[in-house]
Amino acid sequence: MTAIETAAAVRGGQVSARDVVEEHLARIDEREAEVHAFNLVLADEARAAADAIDAAVARGENPGPLAGVPIAIKDNLTTRGIPTTCSSKILAQWRPPYDATVVTRLRAAGAVIVGKTNLDEFAMGSSTENSAFGPTRNPHDVSRVPGGSSGGSAAAVAAGFASLGLGSDTGGSIRQPAALCGVVGMKPTYGAVSRYGLVAFASSLDQIGPIATTVADAALLLETIWGHDPCDSTSIASELPSVTARLQEGVSGLRVGIVSEMIDVDGIEPEVRAAVERAAAALEAGGASVGRVSLPSSRYGLSAYYLIAPAEASSNLARYDGVRYGLRVDGDDIVAMNSATRDKGFGAEVKRRIMLGTYALSAGYYDAYYGQAQRVRTLIIRDFARAYEDFDVLLAPTSPTVAFELGAKTSDPLAMYLNDVCTIPSNLAGDPGISVPFGTGAGGLPVGVQVLADALSEPTMFRVALAIEAAA
Amino acid sequence: MSERITRGDVEHVARLARLALTPAEVDALTQELGVILDYAAQVDALDTEGVPPTAHPLPLVNVLRPDEVRPGVDRSEVLAEAPATEADRFRVPRILGEAP
Repeated sequence: MTAIETAAAVRGGQVSARDVVEEHLARIDEREAEVHAFNLVLADEARAAADAIDAAVARGENPGPLAGVPIAIKDNLTTRGIPTTCSSKILAQWRPPYDATVVTRLRAAGAVIVGKTNLDEFAMGSSTENSAFGPTRNPHDVSRVPGGSSGGSAAAVAAGFASLGLGSDTGGSIRQPAALCGVVGMKPTYGAVSRYGLVAFASSLDQIGPIATTVADAALLLETIWGHDPCDSTSIASELPSVTARLQEGVSGLRVGIVSEMIDVDGIEPEVRAAVERAAAALEAGGASVGRVSLPSSRYGLSAYYLIAPAEASSNLARYDGVRYGLRVDGDDIVAMNSATRDKGFGAEVKRRIMLGTYALSAGYYDAYYGQAQRVRTLIIRDFARAYEDFDVLLAPTSPTVAFELGAKTSDPLAMYLNDVCTIPSNLAGDPGISVPFGTGAGGLPVGVQVLADALSEPTMFRVALAIEAAA
Repeated sequence: MSERITRGDVEHVARLARLALTPAEVDALTQELGVILDYAAQVDALDTEGVPPTAHPLPLVNVLRPDEVRPGVDRSEVLAEAPATEADRFRVPRILGEAP
């Protein structure tokens, strides 16, 4: 059952939320040991939440648009009194004193949180192998990675552990694992979803977004979590457009541009390229016009990202100093304590990025690295603006390859970073993007096709995603 | 091997970032950061003369809210998560009078 079907059945009393939860917990019991999607399964809490939904239905109340729908939450979203680890030793014991805004909204909508999912430490990675608690594996082939950093949420949805998932996307961390796990994953327009309670990685790039088995479910989850929040000063204050209302309008008359730099990117697998071409043909058959578009500066997106994101991260992660929360390793004075705590608490990739960011921001290098990257960011935004003069949406691969073997890229940071070459430009621009499963590639593994759109053009983007899903 | 960053640079940046790296970590990072910075330096290839920098995708300036008293997070819940506390405060090791 889709999330939409489950919620309707629970609201109508045909199915109990308790039965829905038990069914998902049974699947977790069966396969979680090999998949390791979760840092923490909240079985008792989920049962209690489901019973409360069933009681509300029995009283004749409407528990909300996600009534009784099980959802898996990335473990960098705060849950009051429930451990929120970011898959890091430095926060392993932390129980936040507040809920993230998205968590509050999910509960109000009747969703049932079944667990906190694994991620690359502090969302830094593309394979969920950089977790202090061990890697997550791809449910389609457990010798392979699920992608990352939201690999736990994508794997949980793909394995049927939860009907929906929440991830966060700083450079592709929702869309890439969704593609590798064969589910739908979407990054909203920057500022559309409150970041209050999302543990910060790179604040000008981070967005929370939905993971689902269908495009319509992803749209429903998006509309549940987005909208202005006074607790996030970067939250968009104006009213957001309805996505679900126009979802079925089709693609006739829409102009679709295939991004040349992305479909021709180095290392793209032939099956992935063919999937994008077949998706384009399907849209053409639905009445859209398809052309090619160039985003010349986007080929520098990855370089710019690996200066901007670590620079912001080095500043954001300064807060883990052993004083207010998390791990402390004792030292003779404050600096020795801070430094010992951070060396013990952070994993190798997090240290690499803190070092990279600190270097890029340090005296003598600031303008050559960070300053230049910010100017390149402007050029990429201008490229997108030009493209949207001629096209309503853009089409691209999500990841150049299908899921790779565990360990294949762990010794080469740069090879790992190249996974995100097609997803990073939309984070730099603040624009939305969605990955839709579209057939299979090498080894019968899932392939994702990505639809990109201008800021706040989610309604059009989702219509195109729905048409691609229908043709898959 | 890249000449972009030296072992001494890595040790200096580690002090700035408050990371007590082991010698083996310094060796590994000197090599890895060199490779990554060589790649990242591709941004130099673009002519950005006269292009303003973008720090943020939204044009936000001074976001304000009404100055109203609202409940904050619970103090005892916050302090319960601290590694060390004393008299409702965070307790830390010696700060003043330390060696340079």
